[in-house]
Amino acid sequence: MEDMKEIIKDYVIKEYVEDDTEVTYDTPLISGGIVDSFSMVSLKRFLENKYKISIPDDKATPEAFDSVNKICTLVNEYLK
Amino acid sequence: MAYSDKTRGMYTEILDGLKNNGLFKIERYIHSSQAADIEVEFPEGSSLKKVINICANNYLGLSSHPEVVKAAHAGLDSHGYGMSSVRFICGTQDIHKKLEHMLTEFLGTEDTILFPSCMDANAGVFEAVLTKDDVMISDRLVHASLIDGIRLCSAIHDTFKHSDMGHLEEKLQLHNDKRLKMVITDGVFSMDGDTAKLDKMVELCEKYDALLLVDDSHSSGFIGKTGRGTHEQYGVMGKIDIITTTFGKGLGGASGGCVSGRKELVEMCRQKARPYLFSNTIAPPVVAGVIKVLEILSASTDRRDKLEKNTEFWRKGLTDIGLIIKDGDTPIVPVMLFNAKLSQDVSRDLYEEGIYAIGFFFPVVPQGQARIRTQISAGHEIHHLEKALEAFKKVGAKYNILGKTKQEIIEMYGM
Repeated sequence: MEDMKEIIKDYVIKEYVEDDTEVTYDTPLISGGIVDSFSMVSLKRFLENKYKISIPDDKATPEAFDSVNKICTLVNEYLK
Repeated sequence: MAYSDKTRGMYTEILDGLKNNGLFKIERYIHSSQAADIEVEFPEGSSLKKVINICANNYLGLSSHPEVVKAAHAGLDSHGYGMSSVRFICGTQDIHKKLEHMLTEFLGTEDTILFPSCMDANAGVFEAVLTKDDVMISDRLVHASLIDGIRLCSAIHDTFKHSDMGHLEEKLQLHNDKRLKMVITDGVFSMDGDTAKLDKMVELCEKYDALLLVDDSHSSGFIGKTGRGTHEQYGVMGKIDIITTTFGKGLGGASGGCVSGRKELVEMCRQKARPYLFSNTIAPPVVAGVIKVLEILSASTDRRDKLEKNTEFWRKGLTDIGLIIKDGDTPIVPVMLFNAKLSQDVSRDLYEEGIYAIGFFFPVVPQGQARIRTQISAGHEIHHLEKALEAFKKVGAKYNILGKTKQEIIEMYGM
């Protein structure tokens, strides 16, 4: 789980952060303006490719993607 | 009547919020035609003030050009004021087709379709040519009209970091399984004045079999040796699948826009683009004016050459007096002030000195990147630019920002 959190956090920083904004596991990503709703699609596709899962569109909501912790919860739901 | 006090109060509160946050836009009334020298009423009710305009998109100085005005008059006389129809019912005149042919030749594409505005072109093009099985990959700084068009399309949407070709390639790889991939960019970015790396983008699009769409609204008529646009500057004419552009800037400044590119894609717009199908045809005087603009620009490069020289003079002048500008070679020249209030104060003081230039700040530009966006025109003479430089020097000295670094300005005024 810790591994997954680090991988997702690293991806978010590399993909979306263009200054020195700090990102923790609980940092609000969508509501905090770090990830815009357009860019969620790449995050979803990254997770699907990385973990060989398929996340239904109606589950890939801004709320479910709003922090690294929440994303991990979502991914784990489909890993089972 | 359903407009209750409660409803009115709700909107009043929203508008007050805009005012309190410094986001409320106030229009200045111009009593003259669009030109380098204009007469402005501001604030409302005040006497007219003669100022030099350095914030118009009138890049080629054609907005009030006598030949363009005369052609528009002639078009009004010969083809009427309006068509009272969309194009496909009874709104297509010979001059509409003539303009489409001329644009195709000017831009070096296969076909062209007119839209009431480039905003409409961008609103309609994506949904007309893409489906939910496709992906749109856009630069993160594209114009709002592209973003709105993207929102209206059922294809999925992803972004790449501004002008970052490595990141774009990653995205093309990520979405390589999609039926169609379309890369979307501005040719010249309107807030920073930089150009898209179209040569690299064409290479990547060819490598990954992706379509490329370029909004060249801030380029058409003056970027490139003969003013055809950013595709000419980067040596990729004929390789851009879709160009959208406006007639509201360099190409006469009135209104209207187009989608120009691969003939099948243009035909898809003619059959399916909703702003084309459900909006009135462009008015005949405007069409006649744009035809004259293209005739002027095809006959001589004098105006874009003058604009290039004016831009060089202006960029060097601002740098020499110690102001920070964004790098580039386009006539969009942002003077960086970083702090929102400072940008408003400098704009106000420039106006007092007879220079009309607007400050931009968050959310129009990113936080901490407030600026005065200046825009140079072939309609400017050197004396206009010298006077504007004098004003920038005087106002810059007042705020002690001349010769200062970004860090020093931020230390004085904050982000």
